[in-house]
Amino acid sequence: MTTQMAGAAQAGTLFPGLARPISITQDRAGAETMTGRTGHAMRVEELSAWYGAHQAVRAVTLDVKPRTVTALIGPSGCGKSTLIRCLNRMHEVTPGSPRVSGKVLLDDRDIYAQGVDPVQVRRYVGMVFQKPNPFPSMSIYDNVVAGLKLTQAPRKSELDETVERCLRQSALWDEVKDKLRQSGVSLSGGQQQRLCIARALAMKPHVLLMDEPCSALDPIATYKIEALMTELKREYTIAIVTHNMQQASRVADYTAFLLAGDKGYGELVEYGPTAELFTTPKDERTEAYITGRFG
Amino acid sequence: MSSQTIAPPVAPAAPAGPPLLDIFAPDSRYTLRRTASNAMAVLIGVCALIAVAVLWLILGYVIIRGVPALNVAFFTERPLPYGEPGGGIGPAILGSLTIMAVAALAGVPLGVGAGIYLSEFGRGRFAWIVRFCGDLVAGLPSIVVGVFVWALLVKEIIGNFAGFAGAAALAIIMIPIILRTVEEVLRLVPHSLREAALALGVPQWKVVMGVVLPSARAGIITGVVLSLARAAGETAPLILTTLGNQFFSWDLKQPMAAIPVQIYNYAVAPYDDWHTKAWGAAFVLIVIIGLLSVLTRLATGGTRRTAL
Amino acid sequence: MTASHEAAGVFTGGRSSRIGDAIFKGAAGAAACSVLVILILLIGLLIRDSQESLVRYGFSFITTSTWDNVKEQFGALPYIYGTLVTSVVGLLIAVPIAVGAALYVAEYAPLWIRTPISFTIEMLAAIPSIIYGLWGFFILTPIMRSTVEPALKGALGPIPVIGGLFQGPAIGKDLFTGGVILAIMITPTIMAVSREIILAVPPAQREGMLAVGATRWETIRTAVLPYARSGIAGAAILGLARALGETMAVTMVIGNASRAVTGSLLTPGYTMASAIANQFTEADTPVYFSAIVEVALVLLLVSAVVNIVARLLIWQIQGGLSSRALGGVRV
Repeated sequence: MTTQMAGAAQAGTLFPGLARPISITQDRAGAETMTGRTGHAMRVEELSAWYGAHQAVRAVTLDVKPRTVTALIGPSGCGKSTLIRCLNRMHEVTPGSPRVSGKVLLDDRDIYAQGVDPVQVRRYVGMVFQKPNPFPSMSIYDNVVAGLKLTQAPRKSELDETVERCLRQSALWDEVKDKLRQSGVSLSGGQQQRLCIARALAMKPHVLLMDEPCSALDPIATYKIEALMTELKREYTIAIVTHNMQQASRVADYTAFLLAGDKGYGELVEYGPTAELFTTPKDERTEAYITGRFG
Repeated sequence: MSSQTIAPPVAPAAPAGPPLLDIFAPDSRYTLRRTASNAMAVLIGVCALIAVAVLWLILGYVIIRGVPALNVAFFTERPLPYGEPGGGIGPAILGSLTIMAVAALAGVPLGVGAGIYLSEFGRGRFAWIVRFCGDLVAGLPSIVVGVFVWALLVKEIIGNFAGFAGAAALAIIMIPIILRTVEEVLRLVPHSLREAALALGVPQWKVVMGVVLPSARAGIITGVVLSLARAAGETAPLILTTLGNQFFSWDLKQPMAAIPVQIYNYAVAPYDDWHTKAWGAAFVLIVIIGLLSVLTRLATGGTRRTAL
Repeated sequence: MTASHEAAGVFTGGRSSRIGDAIFKGAAGAAACSVLVILILLIGLLIRDSQESLVRYGFSFITTSTWDNVKEQFGALPYIYGTLVTSVVGLLIAVPIAVGAALYVAEYAPLWIRTPISFTIEMLAAIPSIIYGLWGFFILTPIMRSTVEPALKGALGPIPVIGGLFQGPAIGKDLFTGGVILAIMITPTIMAVSREIILAVPPAQREGMLAVGATRWETIRTAVLPYARSGIAGAAILGLARALGETMAVTMVIGNASRAVTGSLLTPGYTMASAIANQFTEADTPVYFSAIVEVALVLLLVSAVVNIVARLLIWQIQGGLSSRALGGVRV
C-alpha cells in the first residue's frame, strides 16, 4: 500500500492539523463497543434492491472492512449508487416504490431487521452526497452540528468543540474559522463538500458513505478530498462510490466491481483488495473495464 | 460470473469487558423525537382533512337545500311578490347569460389581443408595463372595479343602473385572466413552428393567426372559459352596476337581473321560501361553474402543465 | 427586363403583407393598451370622484369613526379596522391549515392522493364569494352563535389579555365570523401556492437532513420549511390580498351594524368592501358619494401594495408561477 502511505504522508504535510492519534470510538454512556478498538465493519449479504418492478441490484455480498476505504466501481447504471444508498437505508426514501431484500449488517446488527428505525441507522451510518448540499438557511456552524443538535442535547461548549474538531478533521477549519456565522452556501464547491463531510463526522458515525463525492468538484478540490479520505480512514470505516477508476486505485483498500447485465440489474462481478483487482483481476469483465475496453 | 469475496470475518477475540451495546435500541430522547414526528404527521393529515372536508360541507348544503327548490317554474318564471307561491329566477338566468355574453364580446378580443401582443411582440419596456398593469388589475378587489364602473357609467355616462355597466365591469375582470393565460399558452408554442412558417415567406400576422393561435387553441379556450367561470360568480360589481331586475329584460340600458345578485336578494329577505330559492339559485350557479370547469379540462385533454 | 419585372413582383407582393403586419401589430398593441387605459382610468376616476371627500376630511377620514350623512361627517376608521381585523383573523386560521395541507400533499401523501386533493382545492377556489356568503349566513353564523363563540368566550374570556377579544354577547354575525369565512376562502389559494413552493424544495436538502439522522418532521422543520420560508410568506400575502377584497361573503356574516371600535372580536362591524356594498344606494349627496369613492380608493391602495409585495416574494423564488397554478386559483 505504498501509494496510500505516500498519500497519507503528503496529507500530513499539507494539513498538519490532521496528524492525530487514533481515538477509541465510544458510544452512549461511554461504554466501549467490542469493535471500538478494531473499528466498525459492515457486511452486505445477498442484497437486492428494486424500484417498483424494476430491479436495480441483485444478490450482492461484500464486506466493508473496518478502518479501510472500500470503493464501488462500475459503469453508469450498474447499481452502485443504489447499493450504497441501501447501506444507510436512504434507498427507501427515493421516489418510485423502493424495495429491498437481503441483509446489511453493521457490526453484526442487521439494519433491515424488524423494528429497526431507519432514523437510528442513519445516526450511525453517515452519508456525503454527490452534489454538496449544505443547508442555505443555516450558518457554517449550524450546518456542522445540524444532526447533532437533533439527536442529542449538547451543551454550547460541546457544540463549539465539535464544530472545531470536525472542521479540522475535514481540513476546512483554517479556511472558515473566522466566518463560522456565514451561510453554508457562501463557500466554494470543494469547501461545501468538506463542510458536508464535517457535518457527517459530527455524528461520530460508525461508517461513512460517500456517493461520488468528487464528481461535482474541480481537480484540486478532488485531490484535497482524496487526501482527506486517506486521513479519515485511520478513525472511520469508509465506503465510496466512484465512476473514476483511478480514484479507486488511489484511495481504496478494497474495491468491488459491479456490472449491469442484459436483464437490467447490477451484480457484483469481483471484490477484493484494490491492488489485486487492478493488477490481476480474476474476471475477464473486470479486466475489460479496467483496461478501458468499455466504460 | 464468479464473484470473489473474501471469507466472512471471523469474530474478533472478545476482550473481557462490557457487553455489546444494541445501538439501535431507542433511548428516551429518540422516543420523544419519534413521538413528535408521528404526532406532527397526524396533525398535518388533519389539516388536509379539514381543507377537503370544508368543500364537501359547502357543496353538500348547497345540494341538500337547493335541490328542493328546483322545478320547471324555477327556471322559467320571474320572481313573484311575497305571498304568492311559485315564481323563479328566469330573469336572472337570462340576465346573467346576456351580461356575460356582452362582457365576453369585449373582454375576449381585448384579452386575446393583448396576450398575442405580449407573447409575439412583448420584449420591451412597454410590454413589461402592460404585464405589470395586467397583474395589478387582476389583483383588484372586484368591489373596486364595481365602484369604478358605478362612478363612471352609472353615475355619469348612462345615468342609471344598466346591464351594460355590469357587462363592462365583468369585462374588466375577465381581461387580465385571459391575457395571462393566452400569453403563457402562446409562449409554449415552439419557436420552430413560427420559424418554419416564416421561412416559407408567410407574413408574420398570418403566421400568428393561422399557425400559432390554432396550435394553442386548447389553452386559449381554457383561459376564456376560466374567465367566464370567474365572471359568472361575481356579485359585488353587479350589485353596484346592474342592481337587479324582477322582470325579463333584454334592455342593456336598464337594470338587469343576474343570478348572483338574485341569490343575495333572496337570501337577505325574511321569507323562508325565498331562502330555499336562494339555495336553488346557488345550486344552479355551482352547476354552471362546474360545467365550465369540466369544459376546460376537456379542452386541454386532461393534460396538466404544472406539477401537481 | 423580364427578370427584373418578375423580381419586382416577388418583392412588391411583400408590401401588402408588411401593411398586414403593421395593422396586426397595431391592433394587438391597442388591445394591450386597453389594460393600461383601464387601470389609468380607474385610478384617475377614483381620485377625481373622491376629491371632495379627500379635500374636506383629509387625514381624519382614516382616523375618525363618525359616518353621518346629515351632519356631513365621514370617517372610515371602523371600516379599515374591520378589514384589518377580519383579514388577520382569517390569516391566523388559514395559514397553519393551508400550509399543513400543502405539507401533507407534498411530503406525506401517496402519489395517487395528490390529484383528488388538488382537484378539491381547485374546486374550492372556484366557488364564488356569494355562495360562501350564503353558506356562512345560514349555516356558519348559527353555529358560531350557539356553539363556537360561547365556548370561546367561556374558555378564553376570563384570561387577562386575550380575553378582551371575546367579550360581549355572542350573536354570530360579527368580526370573528367574518374572519372565519375569510379563512375558509383563502385557504385554497395559500395551499395551492405553498404546495408548489414546497414541491420545489430540492430533494437534496431533505436527503441531507435525513442522512444525519433526522426524523421526518425534523427534516420538514429544519430543511424544507426554512428553504420554503419566503415562498410560503408570499403565499400567505397572496391570501391576504384576496381577503382584503372579499365582499359578499363577508357582508353576509359580519353584521354591518356597529361602528364602534372595541377590542372584541364578537362585535358586529364592517369591512371597507362591505361598507361600500351596503351604502352605495344611499349616496345621494355629492359628498356622500365622494366619501364612498374614497373608501374604495383606500381599499385599492392597500390591496395594490399587498399584491405587489406578494408577487415580489413569490417571483423571487419561482421565477414566475404559471397562470394555471395562479389563475385557476383566484388570486
